Amino acid sequence: MTTRTPRRIDKAGLLIALVLLALAGLIWQDMSSLQLSSVYGLGPKAMPMVVSVGLAILGVGNAISALQGGLPERESLDWKPIVLIIGGLAILIACVKFNVGFIPATAVLFACTAAAFGRRAFITDLVIGFAAGLIIYLLFAKLLTLSLPMGPLERLIGA
Amino acid sequence: MDSLFALAHGLTVAVQPMNLLFALIGVLLGTAVGVLPGIGPALTVALLLPITFKLDPGGSIIMFAGIYYGGMYGGSTTAILINTPGESASMATALEGNKMAKAGRGGPALATAAIGSFVAGTIATLGLAFLAPTLVELAVQFGPEDYFALMCVAFVTVSATFGDSPVRGLTSLFIGLALGLVGIDKLTGQARLTFGVPELLDGVEVTTLAVGLFAVGEALYVASRRHIQEEVVEPVRGSLWMTKEDWKRSWWPWIRGTLFGFPIGALPAGGAEIPTFLSYSTEKRLTKYPEEFGKGAIEGVAGPEAANNASAAGTLVPLLALGLPTSATAAMMLAGFQQYGLNPGPLLFAERPELVWGLIASLFIANAMLLILNLPLVGLWVKLLAIPQPWLYAGILVFATMGTIAAKPSVVELTMLGAFGLLGFLMRRFDYPIAPVVVGLILGPIAEAQLRRALSISLGDPMVLLQSPISATLLGIAVIALVLPFVLKGLNRFKMQED
Repeated sequence: MTTRTPRRIDKAGLLIALVLLALAGLIWQDMSSLQLSSVYGLGPKAMPMVVSVGLAILGVGNAISALQGGLPERESLDWKPIVLIIGGLAILIACVKFNVGFIPATAVLFACTAAAFGRRAFITDLVIGFAAGLIIYLLFAKLLTLSLPMGPLERLIGA
Repeated sequence: MDSLFALAHGLTVAVQPMNLLFALIGVLLGTAVGVLPGIGPALTVALLLPITFKLDPGGSIIMFAGIYYGGMYGGSTTAILINTPGESASMATALEGNKMAKAGRGGPALATAAIGSFVAGTIATLGLAFLAPTLVELAVQFGPEDYFALMCVAFVTVSATFGDSPVRGLTSLFIGLALGLVGIDKLTGQARLTFGVPELLDGVEVTTLAVGLFAVGEALYVASRRHIQEEVVEPVRGSLWMTKEDWKRSWWPWIRGTLFGFPIGALPAGGAEIPTFLSYSTEKRLTKYPEEFGKGAIEGVAGPEAANNASAAGTLVPLLALGLPTSATAAMMLAGFQQYGLNPGPLLFAERPELVWGLIASLFIANAMLLILNLPLVGLWVKLLAIPQPWLYAGILVFATMGTIAAKPSVVELTMLGAFGLLGFLMRRFDYPIAPVVVGLILGPIAEAQLRRALSISLGDPMVLLQSPISATLLGIAVIALVLPFVLKGLNRFKMQED
């Protein structure tokens, strides 16, 4: 068959392996802080132990496949849209935290995501997102009586 | 005969106007999300869970099943017309279907897909109606150790046996199992992996995980590689109707596809990709027109489409009879049952027969609705593809966050949603399968509970796992299924070195 290409160490793959090992360590450490209180059979420690050991073994397995270049090829990556979407989510979370309300939060997330997918009309999208947020709010908070976070605007409608 | 009687009773439940309405909403939503790239039935059910919390359980579950079936129909439309399958189950369909559309035979391709889905869905739902009660009779004898062993089989087959890489599949599974540990241990009341965050005491919400992985993760992934390829929608040209020749060439592939799809779906083997590709390769081998394969052979659309619908019905067998989800959508449906305090399994068949049989009967109705929705109205669904991508994904994210906010309006929950989104993005980029994470989170705590119950009954003697013949057999299967892919890989490597 094909001759192997000279072994190319996959740095991202190694990082994944390291994260898995760290996760295994974290679960193990958390497990050791539990008190054993089961008389018969397994206590609360057994399952974390299994998961921790399993993750450690898989970490090693992932490291081996990274060293052998076993991970699939990856396409080039455009980071900008990712930053935009995560940024939009972060603003939404801030809106919830500081009681700005559901509708403005939705408008920002909508516009950020649209921008991430190549739209160049941020203000228009903000307006569309605002309208969408308003409709969703009326539909769900009023009709299905779900509790969505309230800000000044929502209290105005709600009152 | 018992099944027929129960089914007839179920039918009276299914034709109640409210339940018909739920089924209709389900198949409409399902077809829509199946057509739209980027959202699948698993995500849709996840998004609807917090919204349907206050609705009638029977109706909601009928709706979820409608979404599952509808997603399988709708996925084929996208696969045929733009060659980006909406669902992984439609990948095989895209191979020949898109070639047919390019050659101006998009109409017959869509028709054979829809009619094949109907034939397969109907036969497979009958299979479900007869197989599920049999499995229930078997499952009544299951002790906790047997359930634990069964879940081990599901863990291994879903993650390791059929994926590209057993190591990556198992890694996904263990991430799910680790997430399943978070929260208060039900037997001793001790908090595990909560790091002093009170919101984590209840554990990780399945919906937050699923919406993060599927919706946010998919949006991030598609956005990050938008610069690479543009999608082209093939217009449906020519007649929708199949010629006599088309019917003759589709009939057997439909039946064979069903025969692949239903049993493989019913086994805890995870997903519809395997039966669809098996069906594709079988049709390629059996066809009388081998020269057409690769250029748009109708058999290559008819077989896989039948297989994926039959497998959807197949996955409902272990889900209803054992409470065992073997695909991402089935896992979300299990979460749907759980939110009403219902646990699928033998007990549900005994205690709530009207719910179970109403669901099964409504599947026949949903199937008939889907045939009507997808054949004459296919043009409408194609219009959905004209929604500009930025607005489509922006809308998906708004709905995704709304669902999470409605379920638990907390900063912690939303941060987890974002974190799971990033996780989903990275898993897609590095080709780790997503479904095992969801299955691990849902089944992990159940498996742990069953194991601990088994061991406390046996006063801590682990041999109970091997003394029960059912459990011993199942564990044996799990071990074989775990080791097999590694052995095969080793053999391949050995052969490669020989050459």
